[in-house]
Amino acid sequence: MGFMDRAAQTVFLSELVAGMGLTLRYMFRSKVTINYPYEKGPLSPRFRGEHVLRRYPNGEERCIACKLCEAVCPAQAITIEAEPREDGSRRTTRYDIDMVKCIYCGFCQEACPVDAIVEGPNFEFATETREELLYDKDKLLANGDRWEIEIAANLSAEAPYR
Amino acid sequence: MIELWDGYVWPTIWIVIKIVLIVGPLLLAVAYLTYAERKVIAAMHLRKGPNVVGPFGLLQPMADGLKLFLKETILPSRANRVVFLIGPMVTFLLSLIAWAVIPFGEGLVLADINVGILYLFAISSLGVYGVIMAGWASNSKYAFLGALRSAAQMVSYEVSMGFVMITVLLCVGSLNVTEIVLAQQGPWGMFGWFWSPLFPMAVIFFISTLAETNRHPFDLPEAEAELVAGFNVEYSAMPFALFYLGEYANMILMAAMTSILFLGGWLPPFDIAPFTWIPGPIWFALKIATCLFVFLWVRATFPRYRYDQLMRLGWKVFLPVSLAAVVIVSGVLIAFDLAPGTS
Repeated sequence: MGFMDRAAQTVFLSELVAGMGLTLRYMFRSKVTINYPYEKGPLSPRFRGEHVLRRYPNGEERCIACKLCEAVCPAQAITIEAEPREDGSRRTTRYDIDMVKCIYCGFCQEACPVDAIVEGPNFEFATETREELLYDKDKLLANGDRWEIEIAANLSAEAPYR
Repeated sequence: MIELWDGYVWPTIWIVIKIVLIVGPLLLAVAYLTYAERKVIAAMHLRKGPNVVGPFGLLQPMADGLKLFLKETILPSRANRVVFLIGPMVTFLLSLIAWAVIPFGEGLVLADINVGILYLFAISSLGVYGVIMAGWASNSKYAFLGALRSAAQMVSYEVSMGFVMITVLLCVGSLNVTEIVLAQQGPWGMFGWFWSPLFPMAVIFFISTLAETNRHPFDLPEAEAELVAGFNVEYSAMPFALFYLGEYANMILMAAMTSILFLGGWLPPFDIAPFTWIPGPIWFALKIATCLFVFLWVRATFPRYRYDQLMRLGWKVFLPVSLAAVVIVSGVLIAFDLAPGTS
């Protein structure tokens, strides 16, 4: 009987027909495509995207030039030079991130004692030339101003786990 | 002068007009077959498929064609240039000239020759030359291996396809394609078409056409993971487009052959009022479209065969079964005195 069953299944291609029935059923299901540039999927608050340098609410930049991020960066993408400012506080004169070298590991934001360097939720910063991806301090601070609301929300959402 | 016009010039012009009337819609159908393929497979994967170029992505095939047309034709420096360029032309031409004997309706056929089905079979067999020429002339290992696989595959499956055609011809008693369709006309409607008395043969024929056109699950010549792209790795721009068009035109041709041999060609499913209002060519197109949908459906469903499995199926399953069917069908026809031309 088992032999007959198997022979019948082979001759009538029953497994192939069942497979085709499955794909036909799937054909009429609703699509899972996200229409990307117009629709976007959800992002975790922990998402590690484009870097930003943040400021305090009074406009003072957070970074104190401790160079922990530069030290921890496994790709050595961060370059920092620091000098005392006129008012005596220690600030960076140069804060460059080579976004081509960066591996988006997030160690810089974990190392930062003042939450100055943060990887924001922006992942759409493709450029036409390589040079545009060599970010300097002005670019990072501008990013910080643009993404401050989202980043502050993400940081407060993650605060219990840090 | 009048004699020359009536005897030669006008018939030539008339034939050219008919050729344009066949090839034009055919190329349009090829273009939209690629679109349909992407849409159908996308739907079965729960994706959307092309939807950006034009409404619902309907202009996508035009954009693809324009892209291929404007690109540079790269001739590999070690390639045999003449054969390299003749290969795609052969593939494309062969996929078009076979349409000369396909009847789109009663009497709607370019060349109503008496050995039409032999012509069709010969042309589809010649298709392997384009592939072999392309693979050899490319002077590349991937292309050569792809061409060898393709040639072996086409030759293997042609044998069983030939036997399946013989069973149909036994029931018809003629090699004329129009006669084959008319032989399926009868009081039984769609159940009198050859797919129902010769059901196993219809299945074998359809699977063989999949192998013959190098379609999934038998697309070993282009197995991406092993051979990059098969016999057409070295091709770009228009020569590649010719291969692509030829492959899809061949799919349509094979679907048309399946429709003629087993699905009653241009005949309506039932010979009663609402079905007979629709003209024959539209029924024929619908049947071809159904077959093509199954081509795409099979592609979305099954994984690729291994090469030894493919050869086993061709030589150890299909060949003996179709050979036995020839004997059985002819035996039944003689025993019950059903053979055409005897009574």
